[in-house]
Amino acid sequence: MARQKLGGFNASSMADIAFLLLIFFLVTTTMDTDSGISRKLPPMPEKNQQKSSDRIKERNVFVVLINKNNQLLVEGEPMDVSQLKDKAKEFIENPANNPKLPEKKITEIDNKYFGSQYPVSKGVISLQNDRGTSYGTYIKVQDELASAYNELRDELSMRTFSKKYGDLSDSKKDLIKKIYPQRISEAEPKNVGGGK
Amino acid sequence: MSKFKKSSNKETPPISTASLPDIVFMLLFFFMVSTTMRQQDLKIKVHVPAAVQIQKLEKKSLVSYIYVGSPTKKYQKMFGTEPRIQLNDAFATTSDIRDYITSEREARDENEVPFMTTSLKVDEYTKMGIVTDIKQQLRKCNALKINYSTRKSSSE
Repeated sequence: MARQKLGGFNASSMADIAFLLLIFFLVTTTMDTDSGISRKLPPMPEKNQQKSSDRIKERNVFVVLINKNNQLLVEGEPMDVSQLKDKAKEFIENPANNPKLPEKKITEIDNKYFGSQYPVSKGVISLQNDRGTSYGTYIKVQDELASAYNELRDELSMRTFSKKYGDLSDSKKDLIKKIYPQRISEAEPKNVGGGK
Repeated sequence: MSKFKKSSNKETPPISTASLPDIVFMLLFFFMVSTTMRQQDLKIKVHVPAAVQIQKLEKKSLVSYIYVGSPTKKYQKMFGTEPRIQLNDAFATTSDIRDYITSEREARDENEVPFMTTSLKVDEYTKMGIVTDIKQQLRKCNALKINYSTRKSSSE
């Protein structure tokens, strides 16, 4: 039996096939990386739970209300979203120890960078929105408040480690988190300023 | 005289295309790896708001999605233009969220359940009422880790 020698196989169409596949994947690709603002919801209050007795002092609460027309009321004054960040920063930091702004609690931190004790603000930001508020505004406010905290953390980390907060190691991040804990609380839903 | 005299009789050879398949394959593999197929088709329009302070969602396998927005044109006749919730492939109401979370949990390993996140993909112009209802439902079934999905804001 005469065996025919196999000819070299023609690879010139390989490119075409590969191109076809390539175009298919190009078209079907969605390269969206999901990102967003992460929050933790408070657990549902238990039915037989007493209303917490340790009421927070008024000076320690930074009240942000959003009504159904997407207007802001911050600590009793109408305000634009753009001013919110600075106001919140001032509230959290309380640089001049203003008696109207939150108290500071001396907290044990115990590490070589900040000494053993550091006055940590007791301030809590309380955010309340109406059912008619638009989601876009709500996110904008959440974003501004988060950036207030992050800017403070950044500043502190620049001062002590001369690095941005995001570039720190995890243990140092935890330290800064202890000094500027992000306390944003959302009220149980209720209607603010009427409207459905 | 010069050593580098051009040999005038030589023509420039044609560009070899032998490496073309390799290049294309390389691209192909890149796209194959980076592709995430769209898991479900959206029956609603979702244009998420922009924000600056965003974190990346990690461990996509542990994320369940809740979409909220007004129905697309095709479904507007049936469902109107009021924002609605979409879970998996169907319209839903707030009372369905509980079952959805339960089924999502059952699909995961038991010790991964505490790390599960719920991503809320909500349209910018939705009213907060519906979002508040969803949040209350999530609290009831103890799915406390949430993520408000946002775009990266262009203005830093």
